[in-house]
Amino acid sequence: MASGILTAPSNPRRKAHPWLRQSFNRHTLRGAVTLVVFVILWALVVAFKVPYLRLLPPPRDVAVSLLQSVASAGYWANWWISMVHIAVGFVAAVVVGVPLGLAMGINRTVRRFVFPIFEVLRPVPPIAWIPLAIIFWPTVSLTIYFLVFTGPFFIIVLNVMDGVREVSQNHVRAALSLGAKPRDVFWRIMLPATLPYVMTGMAVGMGVTWNVLIAAEMVTSATESGLGSMTWTAYTNGILPVIVVGMLSIGVAGYLSSALLRLLGERLMPWQRRI
Amino acid sequence: MSVRGLGPDAGPKAGPDAKAGGDISIREVTKIYDPDGIHVVAVERCSLEIAAGEFLVVVGPSGCGKTSLLNVLAGFEDLTDGEILLDGKPIAAPGRPVEPGSDRIVVFQNGALFPWKTVLENIVYGPMVQRRRELGRARQAARNLLAQVGLEGIEGSYPAELSSGVQRRVEILRALINEPRVMLLDEPFRGLDAVAKSVMHQFLLDLFERTRLTMFFITHDLDEAIFLGDRVVVMTTRPCCPKLVLQVNLPRPRDHRALGDTRFLELKRAALEAVHEEALKAFRAGERELA
Ligand SMILES: Nc1ncnc2c1ncn2[C@@H]1O[C@H](COP(=O)(O)OP(=O)(O)O)[C@@H](O)[C@H]1O
Ligand SMILES: [Mg+2]
Repeated sequence: MASGILTAPSNPRRKAHPWLRQSFNRHTLRGAVTLVVFVILWALVVAFKVPYLRLLPPPRDVAVSLLQSVASAGYWANWWISMVHIAVGFVAAVVVGVPLGLAMGINRTVRRFVFPIFEVLRPVPPIAWIPLAIIFWPTVSLTIYFLVFTGPFFIIVLNVMDGVREVSQNHVRAALSLGAKPRDVFWRIMLPATLPYVMTGMAVGMGVTWNVLIAAEMVTSATESGLGSMTWTAYTNGILPVIVVGMLSIGVAGYLSSALLRLLGERLMPWQRRI
Repeated sequence: MSVRGLGPDAGPKAGPDAKAGGDISIREVTKIYDPDGIHVVAVERCSLEIAAGEFLVVVGPSGCGKTSLLNVLAGFEDLTDGEILLDGKPIAAPGRPVEPGSDRIVVFQNGALFPWKTVLENIVYGPMVQRRRELGRARQAARNLLAQVGLEGIEGSYPAELSSGVQRRVEILRALINEPRVMLLDEPFRGLDAVAKSVMHQFLLDLFERTRLTMFFITHDLDEAIFLGDRVVVMTTRPCCPKLVLQVNLPRPRDHRALGDTRFLELKRAALEAVHEEALKAFRAGERELA
């Protein structure tokens, strides 16, 4: 019964889903402009046969190749394999790393025993593990899982350990004063208080994970597939557009896995969302 | 479930199930940190009797050992010598393992609400970990408490979304729901602005009128001390022990008008003199003083 003037939302953007609204603001528009300029420059570089970059495939070829890939089952199989590699190695790193980090943070003796090993192994870039891992592990899958594991593992352990040591003494004391038992302090204070550090460790670790995975897949590409091996095989076969498609796919996959972690973080830590 | 003296569903004030007591006897307590190493004597031969239902305020120069005394009382730290009784039962003695408990709950200087819990979850934390009471009823009690102090509507908020004044009130309610015999407050209103502070004072005085819990309240603000307390104890500089005890004979219930009372001003002058003397001593001893 109310008249249209008062009730009808005349602006359709008002009704847009918040995600849409966030995606199409001034900042994303600027990003889009940059992207377009980049593709134009790329096309120009190819058109004018700039020295050293003469072999670069034109954007059109890449686009065609991308469309062909998206339509092929093999391409998605490579996605799936890479995702499984990441998931297994990364989850293993979390499952082993978080309890170890907690133990090292809580117990001085554990820390004193384990920390020296960390001091030695942490500065070793994960990629440097490749030769040993190939020799050591019986199958290529295990090798890759292990390499993916080493990427985020140290980062997660050290973050969690720091997190435990940052737990406010007042929070622990407040809990005790309210009648908490040691196990309540562990489950209901230590764990939630270190959760932000766990998530930070995972986010930073995820960045490293893709580096390691792609390197590992490229090295083992003769026997095991994945986006990295797809890119490397394209290189050995001299199919340049597919190399670029592989690179783009890896970028998107890395972005998606980080976004997934961010989403998980928001789910697990609602108290950090609205601040 | 009821909280003593609070609200319509509160239990009878002196009924058989009402937790009586809350008198504290601090006897010749000494607290030395790291006796074999740096050997910091924080509290030395400190004796204080606090009657059940008394509002005791402790003032003294910063670093004199007030928090140390409170930590021993709370059961966070062991004591080196002496003993402390709560309602005639020893709660702290040398060699005795430290035992914090929900009969004497601490409200901390910088606030210690759990940031990962909502207001309601924070308040029911005590009943939850004590596992003595059904959680649903504890939640209802928490809602009642919030409503009684005019804080309805924030139960789903996280602490970081609230002003620090509201946070302190929630923290006090979180203690109160456990029906403690004693509240130990360590400079709970430090860092609040003058307006928020005066709201907090009224809030705490109202609670005190209704519950008559024993209060052990530490502050370095003399106005606050005299306005709130039945007795104000001025502590010596480190090691901490009572230097001057002032009986505050202002009538209750009190409101801001008490601040202009001549008795108030006299008490303040006496307290100021004692505090100043100790602050000077602390200063000469090369310590930082802020009292
Ligand atoms: N855990 C500790 N170990 C060693 N010294 C401490 C410890 N806690 C406090 N102190 C020392 O004890 C003295 C009293 O501290 P505190 O009780 O916090 O004083 P206040 O609360 O009156 O400001 C200070 O000199 C402080 O440095
Ligand atoms: Mg203090």
